[in-house]
Amino acid sequence: MAYAEATRTEAADRAAPAKPPSQFWRKVRYQLLNVFAGLVLLYLFVPISVIILFSFNDPAGKFNLTWNKFSTDAWAHPFGVPSLQDAVVLSLKIAFLSTIVATLLGTLVALALARYSFRGRGATNFAIFTPMATPEIVMGSSLLTLFIATSGWPIGVDLGFWTILIAHIMFNISYVVVTVKARVYGFDRRLEEAAMDLYANSFTTFRRITLPLIMPGIGAAAALAFALSIDDFIVTQFNRGAEVTFPLFIYGAARNGVPVQVNVIGSIIFLVAVGGMLLNLMIQNSRAKRDARASAGAVRRAQASEAAA
Amino acid sequence: MGWLRKHAAYPLLTPGMAWLLIFFFVPMGFMFVKSLQTVTVDETFHQHYTLTWEWSNYTEAIRTYHSQFVRSFLYAGIATVAAFLIAYPLAYVIAFRAGRWKNLLLLLVIAPFFTNYLIRTLAWGTLLADDSIVTRALDAIGFLTVTDALGWTSEHRLLATPFAVVAAITYNYLAFMILPLYVSLEKIDKRLLEASLDLYANRVRAFLRVTLPLSLPGVFAGTLLTFIPATGDYVNAELLGSPQTKMIGNIVQSKFLVINDYPTASALSFTLMAIMLVLISIYARILGTEEVTTT
Repeated sequence: MAYAEATRTEAADRAAPAKPPSQFWRKVRYQLLNVFAGLVLLYLFVPISVIILFSFNDPAGKFNLTWNKFSTDAWAHPFGVPSLQDAVVLSLKIAFLSTIVATLLGTLVALALARYSFRGRGATNFAIFTPMATPEIVMGSSLLTLFIATSGWPIGVDLGFWTILIAHIMFNISYVVVTVKARVYGFDRRLEEAAMDLYANSFTTFRRITLPLIMPGIGAAAALAFALSIDDFIVTQFNRGAEVTFPLFIYGAARNGVPVQVNVIGSIIFLVAVGGMLLNLMIQNSRAKRDARASAGAVRRAQASEAAA
Repeated sequence: MGWLRKHAAYPLLTPGMAWLLIFFFVPMGFMFVKSLQTVTVDETFHQHYTLTWEWSNYTEAIRTYHSQFVRSFLYAGIATVAAFLIAYPLAYVIAFRAGRWKNLLLLLVIAPFFTNYLIRTLAWGTLLADDSIVTRALDAIGFLTVTDALGWTSEHRLLATPFAVVAAITYNYLAFMILPLYVSLEKIDKRLLEASLDLYANRVRAFLRVTLPLSLPGVFAGTLLTFIPATGDYVNAELLGSPQTKMIGNIVQSKFLVINDYPTASALSFTLMAIMLVLISIYARILGTEEVTTT
């Protein structure tokens, strides 16, 4: 028995030189996942590079699909196509207005859901969730049915700017509610109680404590709403009447050749969004560093005074 | 004051919920009524609708377009699984290994989705075109021979094939998969993993028994957020597909906006919604994460 034990350890010792390769393979396996993640990241950027690359193309025919010749013409005149400019302006208008209204309405709903217990809470949650679980085509087509059916009525709205705006506010509300609610749940209620204890009335407490604390949530919700609105195609196509937003311009142009300017504007939107997010990230980082320095300094000072005492 | 505090929720709720009621739930009712109407055309070519409880609109629509329904759910299903397989490792690496690069990497992940959806889809058109580098490379390594045999592509082409449509759908909704997965993986207490490793679980077991189950809410949210819009999508099939890849969205869109056959279009749209709700509730039962829908 003891002999068997001994030979087994001996065997293990002899096998020991084989250990580094297993360590090596473990490392390879570990790195494999990182490499895969890196490849996915690259893949995400493949179409984006095509879009930016082809914004510098001078296509041979109407279709900007094959590389012909380097040119900065489109960048020099991003709004060289007048109808494209109108479409971009309309998209921006709708995005701004729908973001403002949806953020306001959605934030109020989120506060009610996170702060109060009331009858009909389950139904409210269901009503918020359902639009997010509905394919856009169902949302768009049913809304169109409403607008067509009520077009003869005194309250009827003609298809066009207002119906697009109504639709965008509608699909944005749920996303705002969900985003803001997460933030309201996330913060320490005791901060508000402390303010109330210090004789702040509920309005002051809301303005000075609650609002600043949930502001990042509201900001994120607004950014999301803006992004969803400016990118929306399906719901807009159903409810636009004769109006043309930026995505609809692209769709219409796809058949007869998309002008290079579309790539330019697409690239600009991409660069502005990424630049904005980068700036936001850098500000957050420097703020975090400053806070860390400040608290480290406070600790040092406290230790120093303790030592002095 | 007491009364006010008790009922303060209602004034906050009313404007937002009224908007959803009038412009989301009421239209569903209108569409349901429309789906049961019959249309008659008078001698001046004006359309007149009468509610005749025409249930045959449904049976007729499903009989005629069942293959588009099946195709939509099939394409969306494949795209969702593909998106999950692509997204999970990336979300995992960002959540567990990225350290201080976490936020920057997240930014990089979201960034591509800030270019317009249609431009992205058209860019895939360029990438998958017949003489593109991608197509030629895939052909050279024999990939297209295999996919041709499987019926995913045909004649050594990528464009205007099911493969192109599903690939573009997968890409276009990837952000909706990555973000929920990341959020749920991020939340996992790393000490639980250490504990399982201390208890002599190997890494694979630790992943299967600890990480994966704890990330299920993210899997649930991500797959739904991908599957739902993917099923109703018609842009990818329109711009990158062929008549043989038409999805149910293409039919509903053309019936509503081109042919103006509102009753049939409404019946199709309503059927899509109904199937979707049934699938979601079954799925929620299976994954056991119903709180996702209620919180």
